[in-house]
Amino acid sequence: MGNMTLEKVCKSFGTVDVIRDVDLQVEDGEFCVFVGPSGCGKSTLLRMIAGLEDITTGDVLIDGEVVNTVPPSKREIAMVFQSYALYPHLNVRDNMGLGLKQARHPRAEVTAAVDRAAKMLDLEKYLNRRPAELSGGQRQRVAIGRAIVRKPKLFLFDEPLSNLDAALRVQTRIEIANLHRELGATMIYVTHDQVEAMTLADRIVVLRDGRIEQIGAPMELYNNPANEFVAGFIGSPKMNFLDAPTLGQPGRSLGIRPEHLTLSREEGQIEGRISHVEQLGGETLIYLRADPHGLITVRLFGEHGAEVDERAFVTPDLTRAFHFGTDGQRLAA
Amino acid sequence: MSARANILRSSAAHAILIAYTILALYPVFLVVINSMKSRRAIFNEPLALPTRESFDLVGFHTVLEQGNFLLYFQNSLIVTLASLFLVLLFGAMAAFALAEYRFRGNLLMGLYLALGIMIPIRLGTVAILEIMVAANLVNTLTSLVLVYTAQGLPLAVFILAEFMRQVSDDLKNAARIDGLSEYRIFFTIALPLVRPALATVAVFTMIPIWNDLWFPLILAPSDATKTLTLGSQIFLGQYVTNWNAVLAALTLAIFPVVVLYLIFSRQLIRGITRGAVK
Repeated sequence: MGNMTLEKVCKSFGTVDVIRDVDLQVEDGEFCVFVGPSGCGKSTLLRMIAGLEDITTGDVLIDGEVVNTVPPSKREIAMVFQSYALYPHLNVRDNMGLGLKQARHPRAEVTAAVDRAAKMLDLEKYLNRRPAELSGGQRQRVAIGRAIVRKPKLFLFDEPLSNLDAALRVQTRIEIANLHRELGATMIYVTHDQVEAMTLADRIVVLRDGRIEQIGAPMELYNNPANEFVAGFIGSPKMNFLDAPTLGQPGRSLGIRPEHLTLSREEGQIEGRISHVEQLGGETLIYLRADPHGLITVRLFGEHGAEVDERAFVTPDLTRAFHFGTDGQRLAA
Repeated sequence: MSARANILRSSAAHAILIAYTILALYPVFLVVINSMKSRRAIFNEPLALPTRESFDLVGFHTVLEQGNFLLYFQNSLIVTLASLFLVLLFGAMAAFALAEYRFRGNLLMGLYLALGIMIPIRLGTVAILEIMVAANLVNTLTSLVLVYTAQGLPLAVFILAEFMRQVSDDLKNAARIDGLSEYRIFFTIALPLVRPALATVAVFTMIPIWNDLWFPLILAPSDATKTLTLGSQIFLGQYVTNWNAVLAALTLAIFPVVVLYLIFSRQLIRGITRGAVK
């Protein structure tokens, strides 16, 4: 009941191309996350699906029908915005019910739908309050509630957690994941935060400069990145890119995740000096400066003592390394 | 910065502001007190407060008995409020369009609409009079409303466009997804959020209209359409001026503006954007 297809979609503002030839198929019930650095066009792409931006060329299909010229309200979609975008003059109930009211649903039905959504999101106590009287987390829940009430074919989320503080972000992330399980609806979610992408997505679409770099399940992207950009973007802390020729390896750079390096005081393949240590309790991150590789991050599990300026060696686990050529593409193993 | 320097600085600022307030309000104060004095007292001691001997409301009697003062008052009020309404409505609509829609010539259109700020409308008086004669609108309040609306629009569009750009895009987009028409987005979402700016524009627009003598004199000098400012002129003669009446008329003319200003300034202070976004 809710699949979405993009066919050769392009968008340009004047002479600037912001989206170039994007092809994508999102299946019914799928949780698809668009991720990429700021300015990569992910939000623009979402707005094009919503119908808030025109499509320069190509087609957007919802449930197999081309909706290029269908106004947003007729696309049976719902959208949650980063800035919540609640109507300041309406209370929570009216905020959530406005869409159905506009579509001329009977009043009793609107009330029932709002009550159901409020119950799901724990908002029953606040139905008569105005947005100004709610906290940030509550406001975002109202915005999500407004989307649920409409029973859309497609949920669109535009960085919904970016305005929340860290603790609330984790909590709301879990709520969104539960919501997806409960509703089984198709969701498209835009974020620049790869942790959100990894934890929520069935499938991640990595975008850069208006192009799709790679599409795949979170672990597929983690274990099998197509190029240096995806490899660096997915995974936290970021992958290290070592100078391949100095290590006698093929290609221009050798990608190795911080958890796949071993650290030793006595011996190892790469010698460097520790420049910074971050103790996180469960894990320890050690930053090592080594020429010509630059700053290398090593991730150790558990607590480890280390002094800044101490001499240390790291050795990459070559079975877990990725080789990238001069064009940034992955070399065949 | 130490606390002491802070107090010094803020008291200096207040001294300057208080001095300016006195400077600005003193003429008004003089008009009001002298309107309540006898003719002799106005000339003998213009700066004195009315005393038991000099207190005289003859000016107010003259104004209210002679001429159709209430009618003039009503004319002024109708012209000012009607023009104000049209300026705010069309100004805000134009500003919304300029801020919200991407179309060819958007920037040029904005500049064109703002051009009027730099060109005084009085330069076109002769042409305006010819148009009004041709349209059979001379000696009607409509002619004044039309001219004042044209006069107020450029600044209104200019100021409001800037504020309209600050209305959250997300909010407008959310409304579009909820199926609100562009008109409802304008009236129920954008307008309430720019209310402080509307109040500012209202004050800027209202005062020159209320005080104007030029266009009433030229376009609507008949007795039935005289405005307050024009009506007061009958007391200013070439040889004899009835100062009591002039000052009383001016005193009465101040009040509606003050009341309107108070209404708008409350809007200036009240911000309702809180909680809409962020």
